[in-house]
Amino acid sequence: MSLALDLALCGLILCVALGAVVGRGVFRSVIFFITYGLLLAIGWARLGAKDVALAEAAIGAGLTGVLLLTAHGRLRRMSVERAPRVGPNPMAATTGIAVALALGWAWFALPAPTAPDLAAALPLTGMGNPVTGVLLHFRAWDTLLESIVLLAALLGVWMLARDVDWHAPLGLRYHARPGGVLASFGRLLPPIGLSFGSYLVWAGADGTGGAFQGGTVLAAVVLVAMMAGVLPPPRVAQGGLRAALVVGPGVFLLSGLLAVALGMGFLTLPPAVAKPATLIIEVALTVSIAVTLAVLVIGPPDDKEPVR
Amino acid sequence: MVTDLATYALTGLGLVFFWAGTIGLIRFPDTFSRLHALTKADNLGLGFIALGLAFQADGWATLAMLALIWMLALLAAGTVAQLVARAALSPPEEDEE
Repeated sequence: MSLALDLALCGLILCVALGAVVGRGVFRSVIFFITYGLLLAIGWARLGAKDVALAEAAIGAGLTGVLLLTAHGRLRRMSVERAPRVGPNPMAATTGIAVALALGWAWFALPAPTAPDLAAALPLTGMGNPVTGVLLHFRAWDTLLESIVLLAALLGVWMLARDVDWHAPLGLRYHARPGGVLASFGRLLPPIGLSFGSYLVWAGADGTGGAFQGGTVLAAVVLVAMMAGVLPPPRVAQGGLRAALVVGPGVFLLSGLLAVALGMGFLTLPPAVAKPATLIIEVALTVSIAVTLAVLVIGPPDDKEPVR
Repeated sequence: MVTDLATYALTGLGLVFFWAGTIGLIRFPDTFSRLHALTKADNLGLGFIALGLAFQADGWATLAMLALIWMLALLAAGTVAQLVARAALSPPEEDEE
């Protein structure tokens, strides 16, 4: 029975992936891509990788989907002449198939890598969730650089703003009727989303969850509140916004430098303070991830006419 | 045994509503009737599936989560249906396809 379910899931994932790359029209591809992310999340959950499943659903399907939909909306509004329909691209198709085949070959042909025993090393991190332990201790460099990459991406988006718009509120103006459906939704959802996002971060220490998953849920709350007109969009020059953007990478970097000053390696947390230190870093990272992702989707400052 | 039967019956009923909603989504002529099929039939189907699964729950926490999932889906579907319908009422922009 569960084999039938898994096979059906694999077939669906492949069909939806094909629909995303083969279909005509940007909007259609985006919808297929979002569906693909959700199905992939179910696939990860079937494999027992619940943290990855959460991250895929929240970031891969949810946030990237909103980002692509917003980009599609902007492209339609800009009165650029329609790009000519491109036919099938044999070059891209061949490359994609070749990469897939090479990866499949590597999976079956290469010996499985031997990793050090994580269960033995996990108590050093003070974390009960091996994923969080690896992300913030054994692989801390990658996680630090990931949080800085997010910041770099945001700076890239802000560079697209025109000089005259620099001090305008971020993003396009959203219009929500006062007392309308969207406005009520924007007031009803945030309390639930705030509790759920904070819970995910807190639970990430010992169970499924973490800074990236929780941060994405919180970013979605901020986005809904901004689109419903409940929360005014921030401006680039606001000190609070800038502080929230850098607090995560900043605290992480400072903790690493502090370890160096105390004579340990960069980004090493001594087991005695590992748990509280990791929690502080996680919370700081969550704030930065949530705010960065939200303003990334909202877009650069723009002083145009209101849009629906 | 009885709980298993209840789960089969209720989730089966839920699937029927999903089936009907999907047929409506594909076959109905305009945006508004499609929204009607999608939000009403599918939400009822999801409710029946949640109810069927509730018979397999091992505690109040699971029941509460199932209820919360259904209520959040109802809330989101209701809001999105209103927004899509409002967008469909305004003068049509040029379509992509």
